[in-house]
Amino acid sequence: MNKKKAPFAHIVKRQAISWKSVWMIRALAIAAAIATCALVTFLLTGDDPISIFKTIWEGSFASERRMWVLLQNVSILLIISLAMAPAFRMRFWNIGGEGQVMISVLATSSCMIMLGGKIPNALLIVIEIVAAVAAGAVWAAIPAFFKSRWNTNETLFTLMMNYVATQLVAYFIIIWESPRGSGKIGIINQSTQYGWLPQIGEYKYLLTVIVAAVLTVLVYIYMNKSKHGYELAVVGESERTARYIGIKVGRVFVRTMLLSGAICGIAGLLMVGGTDHTMTTTLAGGRGFTAVMVAWMAKFNPVGMIFTSFLLAFLSKGAGEVATQFGLNQSFSDILSSIIIFFLIGCEFFIQYRIMFRKEAK
Amino acid sequence: MFDLISFIPRAVAQATPLLLGSTGETLTEKSGNLNLGIPGIMYVGAISGVIGAFFYEQKVGSVENANAFLAIMIPMACCLLGSFLMGFLYCFLTVTLRANQNVTGLAMTTFGVGFGNFFGGSLIKLTGSDVPSIALSITHQFYAAKLPFAGKAGVFGELVLNYGFLVYVAIVIALLASFFLNRTRRGLQLRAVGENPSTADAAGINVAAYKYWATCVGSMIAGLGGLYYVMDYASGVWSNDAFGDRGWLAIALVIFTIWRPNVGILASLLFGALYILYLYIPTGTNMAIKEIYKMAPFVVTILVLIVISLRKKRENQPPAALGLPYFREDR
Repeated sequence: MNKKKAPFAHIVKRQAISWKSVWMIRALAIAAAIATCALVTFLLTGDDPISIFKTIWEGSFASERRMWVLLQNVSILLIISLAMAPAFRMRFWNIGGEGQVMISVLATSSCMIMLGGKIPNALLIVIEIVAAVAAGAVWAAIPAFFKSRWNTNETLFTLMMNYVATQLVAYFIIIWESPRGSGKIGIINQSTQYGWLPQIGEYKYLLTVIVAAVLTVLVYIYMNKSKHGYELAVVGESERTARYIGIKVGRVFVRTMLLSGAICGIAGLLMVGGTDHTMTTTLAGGRGFTAVMVAWMAKFNPVGMIFTSFLLAFLSKGAGEVATQFGLNQSFSDILSSIIIFFLIGCEFFIQYRIMFRKEAK
Repeated sequence: MFDLISFIPRAVAQATPLLLGSTGETLTEKSGNLNLGIPGIMYVGAISGVIGAFFYEQKVGSVENANAFLAIMIPMACCLLGSFLMGFLYCFLTVTLRANQNVTGLAMTTFGVGFGNFFGGSLIKLTGSDVPSIALSITHQFYAAKLPFAGKAGVFGELVLNYGFLVYVAIVIALLASFFLNRTRRGLQLRAVGENPSTADAAGINVAAYKYWATCVGSMIAGLGGLYYVMDYASGVWSNDAFGDRGWLAIALVIFTIWRPNVGILASLLFGALYILYLYIPTGTNMAIKEIYKMAPFVVTILVLIVISLRKKRENQPPAALGLPYFREDR
């Protein structure tokens, strides 16, 4: 061997790695990310990092109301992430969560506006649920259908569907705007509360939290304990193997995306029917995209997603609080959360690969 | 009456950021990197230019003191540097660390848009103005400078000559990119990397280097789109979120042109025209219809995507390795 030609370092795929080292690497990455965030914050505010972290903490936990808002944000983000996970497990890159949520937002609102007061309220709520779930499911299944038939690129297709849905919402906002000329809808059925989902006790956000918890369990069972879940994993590992053992890959695509879209539909339903009672073009607020990152960071494990969605929702609330207190821009939270995401994405490399340095020639 | 003479220049102004963004993204995608961070990169390019221009304007104070060369080059250098760093970060994560491209790209977009709005907001506070925007009137004049006789040269002058220099730069870059991809050896090798990296690797092409170069240069081109938007189109006025969804529209345009930058010149004009068509079509009291027009570029793109996958013509397909990481030992 020519010693000069040997590279200084090369990369080897790890065979197996203990879960202790995995969490060690992740903890180091999070620590490094927090240190970077602290440095950035320090440079921008000039305040000492400890008090900034205190402010971040207060942003979520200072009052009971804030804790509920945090829980609500975590729940919605978690639901959308749960929707993303099954499709990603089979390497179907659905980045259309935003659109699937928006179209079901539109479906829910239209039921509330068109049917409110004309039929019994209980029936209205049932129709609303069906409409929202169906709208999300259909919206998600369209790209899956084309992918299964003609191998149309699903990443680009789902991405485009987001904006079609958003523009549809924008269109109907102008059609239904009230008062005329305001450019927004306002609270739908404010006085009559037609089509509003029931509130559990005095807690406005409790319903969302419960639904999120139930869905987490269901998706966990679906992905890990069911035949469908197993098929997803096989398709994700190797489409050819899946075909060989008789899995109809196209059917799995469509079926899984129907499920993904339906779960996104529930998120849209809960936002309009449960908490916000209005429709805006920014109601999803980029959470369809954030959910992709949440699901990815948790390795599509529903339990892990509770933590990652909590982390991102917590940070965004906290950074918002820092921004308010120090007179910074609210976009500060986007910068902090993306720094953390960069580190977490980057650290996966060290879990999967090992760097071997050149050994000195003897 | 449909006023074509005023319609076309406005469509061109809408089209230029899209053209630059899509040329950059096409170059990137030809290397197999699906960079969904383009919207963020365009924001970073824009705000970096704004920061450069802002401090330059603070220094010179008035138009008389400003030097045309510096007024153009300082914002442009800042813009290129900012978008280069974003492209480099994307490459470092996806090529060197082999992270998932979609997730990295989405994170870059979150970061870029946040970065833009954050520093935009901070600069607005620094100026202490009442309106939530920064006006860079001095550097704007140099960016929007037109040929002195263009306005007088009749219809031809108004439609073809009457733009700031970045419009022509955008067209030249698109033509150069097209030439590079289809007529040069390096372009061929770049396409090989995007189609089948392991074959390219076996043929002795440095896959990682091509991916880095294509993505970083592509990001810089896309960043110029952001710069054009602020400095020329928006008259040097930065306001948060004004850039909007144009970055995603640029990605749509890449598909619409079937990965051909030269087609992008006309296609971007079409997208730009669709974007402002509602202003020129009598809608009466029906304001809602404009939202449907804004939807049109995305619907058309979906149709193109479906049609190319139906027809299965090999030269019209996305790069075969688009979005996939490459690791030599994975076989």
